[in-house]
Amino acid sequence: MKKTKRLRRHMGTLGIIALGSLAIPPMSLDAQNGGEVGPGATSTEGPAASLLSPEALGLEIAREADRRDTGFGDFTATLSMVLRNRHGEESTRQMRMKTLEVKDDGDKMLVVFDEPRDVSGTALLSFAHRTGSDDQWFYLPALRRVKRIASNNKAGPFMGSEFAYEDFSSQEVEKYTYRFLDEELLDGTLTWRLERYPVDPASGYTRQMVWFDQEEYRVLKVDYYDRRNELLKTLTIHGYQQFAGRFWRSERMEMVNHQTGKSTTLVLGDYAFGTGLTDRDFDRNSLTRVR
Amino acid sequence: MKSKLAEPRQGSMAAGLLVILLAGLLALGVAATPVAGQVSLGGQGSLEFRGFLASPLSDIQGRGDLSFSLHPELYFDAEGGRQMFAFEPFVRVDLVDNKRTHVDIRTLSWERAWNKWELRLGIRRVFWGVTESLHLVDVINQTDLVESPDGEEKLGQPMVNLALVNSWGTVDFFALTGFRERTFPGLEGRLRAPFPISTKEAVYESSRGKGRVDWAVRWSHSLGEFDLGLSHFSGTGREPRLVPHIPVWGSPVLVPHYDLIHQTSLDVQWTHGGWLWKFEGLTRRADSRHWAMVGGFEYTLNQVFGGDADLGILSEVLLDSRGNDATTPTQDDLFIGSRLALNDVQNTQILGGAIVDRLSGATLLFLEAQRRIGNGWTLNVESRSFWGMDSGDPLYGLRNDDYLGFSMTRHF
Repeated sequence: MKKTKRLRRHMGTLGIIALGSLAIPPMSLDAQNGGEVGPGATSTEGPAASLLSPEALGLEIAREADRRDTGFGDFTATLSMVLRNRHGEESTRQMRMKTLEVKDDGDKMLVVFDEPRDVSGTALLSFAHRTGSDDQWFYLPALRRVKRIASNNKAGPFMGSEFAYEDFSSQEVEKYTYRFLDEELLDGTLTWRLERYPVDPASGYTRQMVWFDQEEYRVLKVDYYDRRNELLKTLTIHGYQQFAGRFWRSERMEMVNHQTGKSTTLVLGDYAFGTGLTDRDFDRNSLTRVR
Repeated sequence: MKSKLAEPRQGSMAAGLLVILLAGLLALGVAATPVAGQVSLGGQGSLEFRGFLASPLSDIQGRGDLSFSLHPELYFDAEGGRQMFAFEPFVRVDLVDNKRTHVDIRTLSWERAWNKWELRLGIRRVFWGVTESLHLVDVINQTDLVESPDGEEKLGQPMVNLALVNSWGTVDFFALTGFRERTFPGLEGRLRAPFPISTKEAVYESSRGKGRVDWAVRWSHSLGEFDLGLSHFSGTGREPRLVPHIPVWGSPVLVPHYDLIHQTSLDVQWTHGGWLWKFEGLTRRADSRHWAMVGGFEYTLNQVFGGDADLGILSEVLLDSRGNDATTPTQDDLFIGSRLALNDVQNTQILGGAIVDRLSGATLLFLEAQRRIGNGWTLNVESRSFWGMDSGDPLYGLRNDDYLGFSMTRHF
């Protein structure tokens, strides 16, 4: 059984958002106090290194980040994407998203497409699972048909954008193995730098380099390396705001493909937490009512 | 016969209208009460041209066909999508075939979801099933055959639908109030039977004719990698038998006979990795009992040709125990097809395939392609080609009707 989280790949926005709220793990506190910031401060030099291997420290950071975003219950948001090709020509997509947190498993997510108009009313329902394949259904309004789809296409582009399904999906801790690299100043912000390696062989990446800010453990930047281990894309995340007094969500993400010159801007808005959604808003019956 | 049916027909009309009226009133109630909701208006307008590659069998049929369709959609939804009112009329104007010029109400419905149940009233479309080459178990709506020979377009069906939502699956009860007759291309149209179809003389096995209220119940559930549906339908079947009739004077016609059927069906999809395994089967009692099935797979290869494209391979076996007496043209056939999705900004998709009769070798080839143009348009190309249809084949009448169709659709 593959560890493909197909659901997540479609819904990926959630995952990236969820990554925004990383907590400071106990061990990294040691590293923070005793370590130095700068080129020389690698994990092998800080006190943390004496306690934990880079792999264990990386995993701890990822776990704590996940823990910090636990308990949001449900939230809704609107998404708009601007796709640019190398000539600067643009096209846009509009979506609405609902997410329900599921205890001890991956989240449920419903994305409804508003634009382009030819896919208006199309909906994607995803049940993420921590282990095993996710479950995904498409609702095709023209035929009134709910269609279960294969979820192993992680590396494919989402809506023709530079976001792959797996970028768009919820970043469960179990989807990667980790390695702590070092501390780095990123645009004046003190960050942790980790590498993470997708567990699923169907992933389009060999590795991702991730920058977390040390204050709140939010993801600020990700470099994606393709199957040939060459730099493919860079994601930068901007405009974090805190919701419900706890949960950090961003208002803008920029994904640049270095190999094709294409880029995608994802703008998120109208966040609402604790809207009272239940499983009934994420079942197959609910799909025929989405608009 | 006609006068005998006149009353029941009105009865069906009345029942259907009642349901629609109820839905409308409820919708008005919804709109009038201060429920936070939103109205959305959208739809499509489409210009379609079909060119036929061979001369028609009859002189009055055209070589080409130009038509325009409009399909507005009005929605009002409230309570975060728990309540919805929908209205979707549809009209096509065809310059060649006057039977393709038609109006339908695809949807005029009110739906409300509670925690354990849902109520859906009015004219709706409901899809059942999983397979691609034939929608065998999809029995609620009548086929709008003039729209497309593939039978995927459906007429709106008046109904009362109660859904009970349980942890072990959803149970849907349907009361189908008012029978919809299948549409058929006219004399000037192509893709039609060799003789005129006299829909006015349609014969119903039910003494209530079109007024019979048909019933259906369905259990559906998703269990891990399996999606399951078990259904029963009891009422006037949607597929007519076309029975030759030679009037005292005039030329022969085909008369649709709508039989009473009682059918139990199962549809299953197993989704595993890149594989979709699909099965639909039914057993139906009409005059006698028969069974039919469609089963096969769809396997998708991702990132083919060194790019972002997905390539799907599809194959299904189609069987019907009635053999050549089947009301579908596929009684012992093999479907092989391929789906290419470029996953580009224009969402370019191509589906092509062949359905081959395993005994006669008669083959239906088809191609459907779609591409977005700009932000509000799509271009569709569709082609069908009929090969080796001998005189015993249900599609014999279409042997000269290979066509290439283009439609430009504006989505608003």
